[in-house]
Amino acid sequence: MLGKTASGLFWMFRYLERAEATARLLDAGFRIALTRAGSSRSEWESVLTTVGQLKAFKERHGDATSSKVMEFLLTDRQNPSSIICMVKAARDNARAVRIALTREVWEATNESWMTLDKLLSGKIAEADLPDVLTTIRQQNALVRGATNGTMLRNDGYNFLRLGTFVERADNTARILDVKYYLLLPSVSQVGSALDIKQWETILRSVSALRSYTWLNGATVNPRDIAQFLILHEQMPRSLAFCYNKIADNLGYLAKNYDNRTEACEMADRIQLDYLGRSMDTIFDDGLHEFIEGFLSANDRLARQITKDYSFEVTA
Amino acid sequence: MLGQDGGRSDEIRPAYQAFRKWLDAQPENRVMRKSEQAENFFRKIGITFNVYGEEAADERLIPFDVVPRVLSGNEWRKLSKGIEQRVRAINAFLYDIYHRQEILRAGRVPQSLIANNPAFLSKMMGFDPPGGIYTHIIGTDIVRTGPDQFYVLEDNARTPSGVSYMLENREIMLQMFPELFADIPICEVSDYPTWLRRSLSACAPAACLDRPTVAVLTPGTFNSAYFEHSFLADQMGAELIEGSDLRVVDGRVAMRTTQGYKPVDVIYRRIDDEYLDPLNFNPDSMLGVPGIFDVYRAGGVTIANAPGTGIADDKALYSYMPEIVEFYTGERPLLENVPTWRCSEPDQLAEVLDKLDELVVKEVHGSGGYGMLIGPTASKAEIEEFRAKLKDNPDGYIAQPTLALSTVPIFTEQGLAPRHVDFRPFVLMAPNSIDIVPGGLTRVAMNEGSLVVNSSQGGGTKDTWVLDD
Repeated sequence: MLGKTASGLFWMFRYLERAEATARLLDAGFRIALTRAGSSRSEWESVLTTVGQLKAFKERHGDATSSKVMEFLLTDRQNPSSIICMVKAARDNARAVRIALTREVWEATNESWMTLDKLLSGKIAEADLPDVLTTIRQQNALVRGATNGTMLRNDGYNFLRLGTFVERADNTARILDVKYYLLLPSVSQVGSALDIKQWETILRSVSALRSYTWLNGATVNPRDIAQFLILHEQMPRSLAFCYNKIADNLGYLAKNYDNRTEACEMADRIQLDYLGRSMDTIFDDGLHEFIEGFLSANDRLARQITKDYSFEVTA
Repeated sequence: MLGQDGGRSDEIRPAYQAFRKWLDAQPENRVMRKSEQAENFFRKIGITFNVYGEEAADERLIPFDVVPRVLSGNEWRKLSKGIEQRVRAINAFLYDIYHRQEILRAGRVPQSLIANNPAFLSKMMGFDPPGGIYTHIIGTDIVRTGPDQFYVLEDNARTPSGVSYMLENREIMLQMFPELFADIPICEVSDYPTWLRRSLSACAPAACLDRPTVAVLTPGTFNSAYFEHSFLADQMGAELIEGSDLRVVDGRVAMRTTQGYKPVDVIYRRIDDEYLDPLNFNPDSMLGVPGIFDVYRAGGVTIANAPGTGIADDKALYSYMPEIVEFYTGERPLLENVPTWRCSEPDQLAEVLDKLDELVVKEVHGSGGYGMLIGPTASKAEIEEFRAKLKDNPDGYIAQPTLALSTVPIFTEQGLAPRHVDFRPFVLMAPNSIDIVPGGLTRVAMNEGSLVVNSSQGGGTKDTWVLDD
């Protein structure tokens, strides 16, 4: 397949994943803002930090208030990191790789864009936010469902899965880092109602509150949460899960192309170095350092994939 | 009303009878409701086009009308025979023009019309394109003025567009009114992509030793016809490439794949000659591939249509088509040519200037309905503006009478109403075959009385039925 097409599929699904992750973050942020009205600024700042937009936001809007952050991350067409822009970017990529998608996937993507383009065309009232965020998640689910149900499991599929999981690993790691960092001072005072709510937002922002409780009972424990999001192989947004999928898909490509690329080796190394460890050693070395190292390794892998599979023209 | 297609207004043409019977039996509002759904369908599949110079509406829909245009089997057979003759002649003309130029020596077409024509590519001289085919795809524009009178308006021999509308218009009719297709014997058009792939593959270059790799070359997602490019590639199972995906590697044109550069054998290009190759043609082109033309001449790749075919559908040459058909086929043309004044000839120019208000004046190198004057509907100022243009540059224009174009019914909120139409069947040419899918693109001037059917100027489309009778 064309390198450009592989790139389009990879990015289409990165954008979809990122848009959905942003919607989840907003959802979680909104809940916090509701529960402790008046002092929600740091919560919104942490959302902006997680998506890497704190600086860009402050330059344009100053203090982080609910309505300004909402607008910035949902409907602002000047902000490439807003959900509307990412959905458009996903759709533009889909249009460019139209021939590598089934009609169902293309139509789901295009309809999703048309629906959200209309829905996110003006200012969103706070009361409408939960519905809007639900619609965003649902539209994404339609695209994912069509992809799952109709796409040939060929190299194109492998590239779109790589895009999905590289992005998801990045999102999960960021959420964990920001939240954990922000909340760490309060570890000593574990147990207050507010504190538990805070910890729960981490789980909420990866849609995993229920599965966590299912596995760990009702006690929300920082260490268990970190373990859950990093090493739990059954948790679909954990780093371990993402890297199993990445390694699988690179493995299918290696078999299909009869060529084990540098990216395959790199993914294996990341798995071994970061995810083949116990929680104790991760904590001993420092969680923040661990995540920083992981994020940059994940980023290097994305660049290696771009190179190994000729996504771009090289001289 | 129904059946004015070439007939008098009080007649119902036989071909429309079955459809009319169906329409009369429809519950009130059903057709209107379906007609409104059609727009959603087209938006969803993304069959849009971009209008140049209109930033706000960068993806627009072409209006679709639910009333089909119907041709009887007999009408179609006659028409397709005429088109086939014309296409054969065009291909023979191109071979001749780029080889011995017999037709110029015989004095049937003036030398100056070729030599000074920007559409003539001297670099094609003496070259035999793979399979001997210049025009793999032609879209002949036809209008009707009477029951048995068809005129050819234009022979689009470069990169005719619109075939995706032929296919999608049929698709939506099938979805909206499936019962019609069970009750009425309508020829299928869905074979087109398979035939296209087959006829392109039949012209693989000498360097291709295996099953040919076919690709559609598009200027990119911002091009007005991008939907069609991706649609055709998809339907044919071909690659969709841009110039930036290609480079010349070891004497072949190769595309950048996830496993390195791989040769392409047949390129169905949807970019103009001058942008094909910055080394050989327009040096500023960002759309083409440096050196592709040299590979082509060396037998390393097939370019469809061949570079230089534009000379055959040049408007200045159009008036010579009857001679061209006769010269190469030895037969009388089966389809009529619209009588054409060549403004380059002083006595004809004088005649044109004398009755500008009755004529249609076209730029020789214009296309898409831009830069033309429709005398009968133009204002005095517009006519005077064209008079000045004509005097200033007579070689740049031709003039034709306004034909009494047939109308066909369209569906409006007030019921059926007549509108002017044209018709573009698509012809596929391979070394041993000429295929015309029984159908085509019917474009309709949606505005009452208008003669302009171009999508860029408010034209719409409708499904075209050829009856299997």
